[in-house]
Amino acid sequence: MSANLTHEETEALIQEVLEVYPEKAKKDRAKHLAVNDQEVEQSKKCITSNRKSLPGVMTIRGCAYAGSKGVVWGPIKDMIHISHGPVGCGQYSRAGRRNYYVGTTGINTFGTMNFTSDFQEKDIVFGGDKKLSKIMLEIEELFPLNKGITIQSECPIGLIGDDIEAVAKQTTKAIEKPVVPVRCEGFRGVSQSLGHHIANDAVRDWVLHNRDNDAFDGTPYDVTIIGDYNIGGDAWSSRTLLEEMGLRVIAQWSGDGTLAEMENTPKAKLNLLHCYRSMNYISRHMEEKYGIPWKEYNFFGPTKIAESLREIAAFFDDTIKENAEKVIEKYKAEYQAVIDKYKPRLEGKRVMLYVGGLRPRHIIGAYEDLGMEVVGTGYEFAHNDDYDRTIKEMGNATLIYDDVTGYEFEEFVKKVKPDLIGSGIKEKYIFQKMGIPFRQMHSWDYSGPYHGYDGFAIFAKDMDTTLNNPCWSKVKVPWLAEDEEDVSVAASA
Amino acid sequence: MPNVMIRIKDNGALLFYIAKKDQEDEIATVEKDTDNEWGGEVELTDGSKYYIDPITPKPSFPTTLRFKRA
Repeated sequence: MSANLTHEETEALIQEVLEVYPEKAKKDRAKHLAVNDQEVEQSKKCITSNRKSLPGVMTIRGCAYAGSKGVVWGPIKDMIHISHGPVGCGQYSRAGRRNYYVGTTGINTFGTMNFTSDFQEKDIVFGGDKKLSKIMLEIEELFPLNKGITIQSECPIGLIGDDIEAVAKQTTKAIEKPVVPVRCEGFRGVSQSLGHHIANDAVRDWVLHNRDNDAFDGTPYDVTIIGDYNIGGDAWSSRTLLEEMGLRVIAQWSGDGTLAEMENTPKAKLNLLHCYRSMNYISRHMEEKYGIPWKEYNFFGPTKIAESLREIAAFFDDTIKENAEKVIEKYKAEYQAVIDKYKPRLEGKRVMLYVGGLRPRHIIGAYEDLGMEVVGTGYEFAHNDDYDRTIKEMGNATLIYDDVTGYEFEEFVKKVKPDLIGSGIKEKYIFQKMGIPFRQMHSWDYSGPYHGYDGFAIFAKDMDTTLNNPCWSKVKVPWLAEDEEDVSVAASA
Repeated sequence: MPNVMIRIKDNGALLFYIAKKDQEDEIATVEKDTDNEWGGEVELTDGSKYYIDPITPKPSFPTTLRFKRA
């Protein structure tokens, strides 16, 4: 374990890594790499984000379709999401995100299924509108319990100029269920981030106002969970805490969520926003249109959970405030036991993160609760407002990288020598082969939930089993191991 | 002429949010801020200035308004 770098050393490290690039690329990439300085109020002074990745460097981003179908719309379990276009986009992203849900797949829920219009050459030449409307009628016949359909456009739809909005309106009349066209063609924007925005706008335009005039049996304690995708059951372990506080969760967006929940969201008293990046748009819209305040919260690790529960309770009366304290007290023994057990095994270990959405800043607290330190973090597709929020969470002189390239990430890891890396599946095997413990933090490496007190116990155990796994001492590649032996043989001779 | 969403922050200050630029800044001063008029030149905490023709009566926040660069 090496000591932490100073501000100057980190600065030098960035310069060293940038050295291999040609002049122009170097200038461009330098803007995306920064040394954290908590003094800086605004991230735009030190880091550029949400820019197009340039050809020639390999970065790890998705497309607008991934942001809409994969993230925002996909988990709505009782709607059918048609991947409109060629078959690959839908099939290769099917069920990979582990958004858990309750229901019988293929009967009343459709989360892990893949519906696609399977575009062929003739559909590109003659247009796919007819096929689309036929598919939707077929779906209605085969899966009568669906509550609505969304059309998730893939690239060709925008390129050939199909009018999916017209088809949607027509079909809505025919099947008497909401049909939502989403213009999330993959070529739009620089990353999946625009897909989130487009999906939010589609919710705003086609869904949110559907039940505005309906009666709703509300209570003063109605809240919604927004931007929790129930990965490995995350939303469930968050929901129980809120309900124990005496709040009533009337909607989950979108993990284990339904269309009815979405339509009823404007009846809530407070929107609780977990993933700021993907759902802030709709939260802002609801604040403006319906006057519902929104609150960002963080349910990773006991320190942040307690902080968030108190902040949420501050919106309500004294009973809820007392209940919040009771909930924190109730779980104290439980989470303290987790900390007592794992902290000695994990203390002082250094972590580098590179994920998307909210995790690069939200998980920091959970690691700190275990005595670990996050020495580098970065987002795949964040905007500057995310970095504004990150600067305060990260220690001084730590590394921040935006849309990091494969080369840069590897070099940073070689120099900073973290004890654990948390990133995605594409990075996993590189670092494991380098002999560095790795957790896939997009969908919790097939584990989870990580939210809430229950999730923290699982998080701690996962980090321990990964970091302290005896295999790491045995993964040295043979040619390097031999080199060492030669040296030792030479030394003894 | 950016579209700006203005909302009241937890600390009571007005937050000036330009979605296209992901810019979130507090409003430092507003030229005209009375019960029946709001607008004129608006200065943000980062020093940048924007202008909007004064609105009567004062709008209720949050709301989206169209500003000009001043």
